[in-house]
Amino acid sequence: MSRVISAAMIREAVAKLSISANLILRKDILLALKRAYIKEPNRRAREILCAIINNAHLARKEGLAICQDTGLVSVFVQLGQGARIAGSLNEAINKGVESGYRRGYLRNSIVRDPLLRGRPGYQPAVIHIEMIKGNRVILTVMPKGFGCENKTQLKMFNPTATMEEIKSFIVATVKEAGPDACPPYIIGVGLGGTADYSLLLAKKALIRDINKPNTVRQINALEKELLKEINRLNIGPMGLGGQSTALAVNIQSYPTHIAGLPVAVSISCHALRSATETL
Amino acid sequence: MKKINTPLLKKEIEKLKAGEKVLLSGVIYTARDSAHKRLAQAIARGRAFPFDLKGQIIYYCGPTPRPKGRIIGSCGPTTSSRMDAFTPALLKAGIIGMIGKGRRSAAVVEAIKKYRGVYFLAYAGCGALISKYVKKMELTAYKELGPEAVYRLEVCDLPLIVGIDTTGRSLYD
Repeated sequence: MSRVISAAMIREAVAKLSISANLILRKDILLALKRAYIKEPNRRAREILCAIINNAHLARKEGLAICQDTGLVSVFVQLGQGARIAGSLNEAINKGVESGYRRGYLRNSIVRDPLLRGRPGYQPAVIHIEMIKGNRVILTVMPKGFGCENKTQLKMFNPTATMEEIKSFIVATVKEAGPDACPPYIIGVGLGGTADYSLLLAKKALIRDINKPNTVRQINALEKELLKEINRLNIGPMGLGGQSTALAVNIQSYPTHIAGLPVAVSISCHALRSATETL
Repeated sequence: MKKINTPLLKKEIEKLKAGEKVLLSGVIYTARDSAHKRLAQAIARGRAFPFDLKGQIIYYCGPTPRPKGRIIGSCGPTTSSRMDAFTPALLKAGIIGMIGKGRRSAAVVEAIKKYRGVYFLAYAGCGALISKYVKKMELTAYKELGPEAVYRLEVCDLPLIVGIDTTGRSLYD
């Protein structure tokens, strides 16, 4: 029997998630920032990390957005096949985002048309729907600022590309972002699939708890190697030097074609924001 | 730490060195992408500016809406390099300082040297923290741009790092 979930429930859940994602820094990120602060030998880098940690505490305590760029929201919906949404899912999500953003005093950063621009509003969000077993609906709201979104890169490698070539593309992407996208970064990497899908994987990789090791052994090792290399770039917080250039590298992979090897890199600023709820 | 006040005097600016930390007090104006485009159009068409640019400091910032009972919302710096194309003309038109985050183009560094300006870095991604240093906020121009409008801010002891000094020395070199 199908379980009915009302559009109003979805709307309210998305509204609340939009607020909490923007005001309360993820636990795993806060913990990683504190660890970076303890480990960081560079004095100025430590000062900046301290400001970043204070900013997160203050945002939470005073109900302010962690960052003024409250982003363009991606909403990931894992929709149980046994669940039926009464009403329009897309509309419920977009209205939920708008309602949450208005209630939480979050920024209206969305222009109606990429060329004509126009007066900024709150929606639409970018919505990804994936069918899952069961009758639950899992909603993840991920606001991402464009300082870091602008640094996203995709490269279609030959299937014969060496691991070194792939690694150096990922590291070079971080190097190019340099100080501009608010380091220390969290690096999401998508491997495989199609061009578009690898970009989605890279973004989804950012949702995973950064302190939990990847369950795939080789990928886990690759994540660690990349993190080590990236933290040797001496970009550091605000790009003013230090070993805290990235807090984590999260990789997600998918089968791909015999002729290709898509590699996508999605960089997140230190204010990596996402919140999840299961209905 | 060195305290500086707006309007910044030429001889004070000359003393600032890249890498130095300062606490800034006084008036600054927010302006980001869309406002820059409009100011550049005003320059190109020889029109008057909506506020006097002479000697002013531009803060690359689009704050979140002001919550009830607060002076300002979250208000950290945005990426400065997107403003690079407009900056030399604005320096020529009279601004002397900029606050943002990240690198600047070679043309901006040259213009900073030529017009003896200064580029400051604010704590990036710390919009909630920075809001504490803002004592007053007023809409100045381009209301229809929403968060991209020009706001006049009065700040007190805003912590900044000198990113590029009058000699063109950059902290990112």
